[in-house]
Amino acid sequence: MQPRATTLQEILLPVKPAFIIVTLVAALFMNFLPWPGFWTWLKPDFVALVVLYWCIAQPRKIGFTSAWILGLMMDVADGSLFGQHALAYSILAYAGIVLHRRVQMFTLAPQVLHVVMLLLFNDLIVLIIRMLAGSDFPGYRYFLGSLVAAALWPPLSVLLKLPQHPKSDPDHV
Amino acid sequence: MEYSPPPFFKTGPTPLTRLLIFSLLSLALLITDARFKYLETLRNIVSVVVYPLQRIANAPAEIAHRAGEFFVTHSALRADNAQLNRQNIENAAVLQQFKSLQVENAHLRELLDARKRIGIKSMLAEVLYAARDPFARKIIIDKGSQHDVLNGAPVIDNIGVIGQVTRVYPWVSEATLITDKGQVVPVLNLRNGLRAVLAGAGNDGVLELKFIPLNADFQNGDRLVTSGIDGVYPPGLSVAEVTNVERNAAYLFARITCKPLAGVNNYGQVLIVRQESTHPERPTEEAKPVRGKKGKRNG
Repeated sequence: MQPRATTLQEILLPVKPAFIIVTLVAALFMNFLPWPGFWTWLKPDFVALVVLYWCIAQPRKIGFTSAWILGLMMDVADGSLFGQHALAYSILAYAGIVLHRRVQMFTLAPQVLHVVMLLLFNDLIVLIIRMLAGSDFPGYRYFLGSLVAAALWPPLSVLLKLPQHPKSDPDHV
Repeated sequence: MEYSPPPFFKTGPTPLTRLLIFSLLSLALLITDARFKYLETLRNIVSVVVYPLQRIANAPAEIAHRAGEFFVTHSALRADNAQLNRQNIENAAVLQQFKSLQVENAHLRELLDARKRIGIKSMLAEVLYAARDPFARKIIIDKGSQHDVLNGAPVIDNIGVIGQVTRVYPWVSEATLITDKGQVVPVLNLRNGLRAVLAGAGNDGVLELKFIPLNADFQNGDRLVTSGIDGVYPPGLSVAEVTNVERNAAYLFARITCKPLAGVNNYGQVLIVRQESTHPERPTEEAKPVRGKKGKRNG
């Protein structure tokens, strides 16, 4: 496990708040896409993934408020209990903000190991809330979505970092 | 004077404090929603914000579907048309019979002085998507309170009942499918008129008849239709077919599983049914005679 600092040192441009908002809305949009049949189980929770990404990458630019409001929106769109996603995303944001220095040390592959645990924990919170409210255990396939989401972490982090790369200007010394 | 960090490092409350605040807020919401159902207005407000995004998200699938409809071959259309024509003729025969029977039924009911059957109205709606909640079976339909959808209205497709509207937003509404665990439909066995209660099992394509005595006359292949005694579902809509009857003397009730007849998991058009008039009001409870002094002494 090579710490990232020794392998890659790059000074990134500051991220624009508008870009964060656009990515969060896009994640919400991806969550609303209709998926047929069994694929619903494989559907990753994009909002959780993107919130976690920003909490780890830019813990000062995003906070609990946005995570919580996104959670409320997910609750309404899913018709689930009000506040269940809000609670899960707040805890996810907390974990991201607290762990961000540690996770940032690693390269992408070990980062996935952190992310998968956090996303599964996120699922577990929702599961506990729903089982307390009287639902049945939906089977272990319930956790599949988080595994898919964790697999999407490396491409996502490369993609979301793209606008931060300084433009190479050959004339500039 | 107390020393405090310079304003440069001030970042507000610590993450743990914030977590506690937001968790408490969410827990308060959860408890109010699960126990008291006070939050429907808040839900409606958020749903209005989310609605455009929902519609846009569904646009690609809709466009693909429409494009698929546009590019059908001539032969497929002709085959379709021939089949529909045939079906129409078959249906016409049944419909003619049905009309005369309806008139006859009305006469007989008048003669017997029975209550008239309630007429039903229906509204065509489209399924937007299945809710991404793995704990419940719900679909989102593109008609809401702006189109006079009422909470509790049954939702059917061309074969039978698929669910019931459980939450109405301004432009969309949420229907719980009959396969959902908490969803219950009062039914009638078409073969012998036995009444029963059909509940979802939380699995795809499995329904269960609840509280049926071991010796009750239910057989594989029996068709179950809505009984209408609840005043919510109009009578006579097909619901399910009995697939398995298990009579084990060790248990109090027979275990009868059924499968839904309608395409519960299909996307497409559905009808939201609306009854024109509701059931007669329940007889009011007889007013208890007020006993002045004694009542006061006891209470």
